[in-house]
Amino acid sequence: MILANTESNSSLKSHNTRFNPYDDNGGSIVAIGGDDFVVIASDTRLSTGFSIYSRNQSKLFKLSKKSILGSSGCWCDTLTLTRLLNARMQMYLHEHNKEMNTPALAQMLSTMLYYKRFFPYYVSNILAGIESDGSGWIYSYDPIGNVEKCKFRAGGSSGVLLQPLLDNQIMLSNLQNIDEQPLSLEKAIKIIQDVFTSAAERDIYTGDEIRIMSITADCFKEEKIQMRKD
Amino acid sequence: MLSTTKKLENTGFSFDNCLRNRFLEKNGFISPKGKKTGTTIAGVIFKDGVVLGSDTRATDDTIVADKNCEKIHYLNKNMYCCGAGTAADTFQVTSMVSSNLELHRLNSGRPVPVIVACRMLKQMLFRYQGYVGAALILGGVDNTGSHLYCIYPHGSSDRLPYTTMGSGSLAAMAVFESKWKPDLSENEAKELVKDAIAAGIFNDLGSGSNVDICVIRKDSVEYIRPYECLNEKGIKRGNYKYKKGSTALLQSHTIALHLEEEIIQTINDGSSMDTS
Repeated sequence: MILANTESNSSLKSHNTRFNPYDDNGGSIVAIGGDDFVVIASDTRLSTGFSIYSRNQSKLFKLSKKSILGSSGCWCDTLTLTRLLNARMQMYLHEHNKEMNTPALAQMLSTMLYYKRFFPYYVSNILAGIESDGSGWIYSYDPIGNVEKCKFRAGGSSGVLLQPLLDNQIMLSNLQNIDEQPLSLEKAIKIIQDVFTSAAERDIYTGDEIRIMSITADCFKEEKIQMRKD
Repeated sequence: MLSTTKKLENTGFSFDNCLRNRFLEKNGFISPKGKKTGTTIAGVIFKDGVVLGSDTRATDDTIVADKNCEKIHYLNKNMYCCGAGTAADTFQVTSMVSSNLELHRLNSGRPVPVIVACRMLKQMLFRYQGYVGAALILGGVDNTGSHLYCIYPHGSSDRLPYTTMGSGSLAAMAVFESKWKPDLSENEAKELVKDAIAAGIFNDLGSGSNVDICVIRKDSVEYIRPYECLNEKGIKRGNYKYKKGSTALLQSHTIALHLEEEIIQTINDGSSMDTS
């Protein structure tokens, strides 16, 4: 049973006709980092309430040669945040004569999110990047700048549906007597495609198409896969 | 009679907990809501009867609760009813009215007029002032011809040649408004309803999966489920079967079974079933 504070409840009621600056445009992001690759994917459905704005809007942003950002939630906040992020990266480039590396970018994103602590960007960010040693890592964020560095992450409207599946299939949690093999890029893409197929079955905000971007030492690849459209 | 015997409950809803719940809500308790499912339902009258259609997705907020549910409910031999809104209410209202219609049919010894069902449904919904959240499309054929009614949760109704309801009603009505014409053939009507429901399935996030269709003619009914599967599930690329022994065994305990008696019973070849 949830018993909330009475006062905050009544004050909420008196304000519920006020303009709401936020919207939830849905969409899901999944990212996996391996020993020598990183892969990130999003769906392409943009929606509000019960209607669809677009069936063809990728939520991935290639920020540099070695890093890709996936951003879902309030789409206008995603656009503003990525525009600002690109500007700050360009300033860094001009000042230091080199592209920002992944950990620096990860830290800057956190700072930029926390800067708006009391009027946050309503977005779930997942940053996938290759580090100086060539390994792939994922940085996941909450809307006000908390960062977690990990090997795989699911976020967005079906993040809570997909994360346990990744825990089981990648971290092999709750399994025993299994010979653990290093994860290959092909296997990672296979898992990503299958978790999106499952998400499209049960989450109304995930569907239409998957966009998958991957980075390895020598190449960047992008692919599209169709999903159900209802 | 013992005085302690509990008195028989009155018919209708029990409001026993209303006072308690109001008190809890005043103190900030968030009470559970009924499952309100997004839906597309539609119906048209054609030359020799009525075609009803529905999608098959049931949603619980943003999660798909049922990928293949039935939304066209049986009312009587000659009429069916599509339901949108609160899932429990559409089911309960149609099944209660269905019982009363059957009693009416047995009593009068003739097919029940569709308007009778309409009146029963709207009077019931009006009694509950919209709190029974059922938005219905009622279709059927009786001795006076084909009828299609659209009944709103508060108890008002319309008699129309074509109609749509639910969260996908705008998408479906857009198709009807652009393609409907009087005196459709049965096939034309079925395809039109399918296109209308499909518009709801693809453009309304509350609707999805398959198209169900029910055709009611003068003296026959054809319930086609699914009429068309518009959304196939994606094919899994990986293998998700776990190897034997991958689940941890925390505890084991063996119970020995002692065989005390063995009985062998011969059964005849099965050509004549024993019904005694």
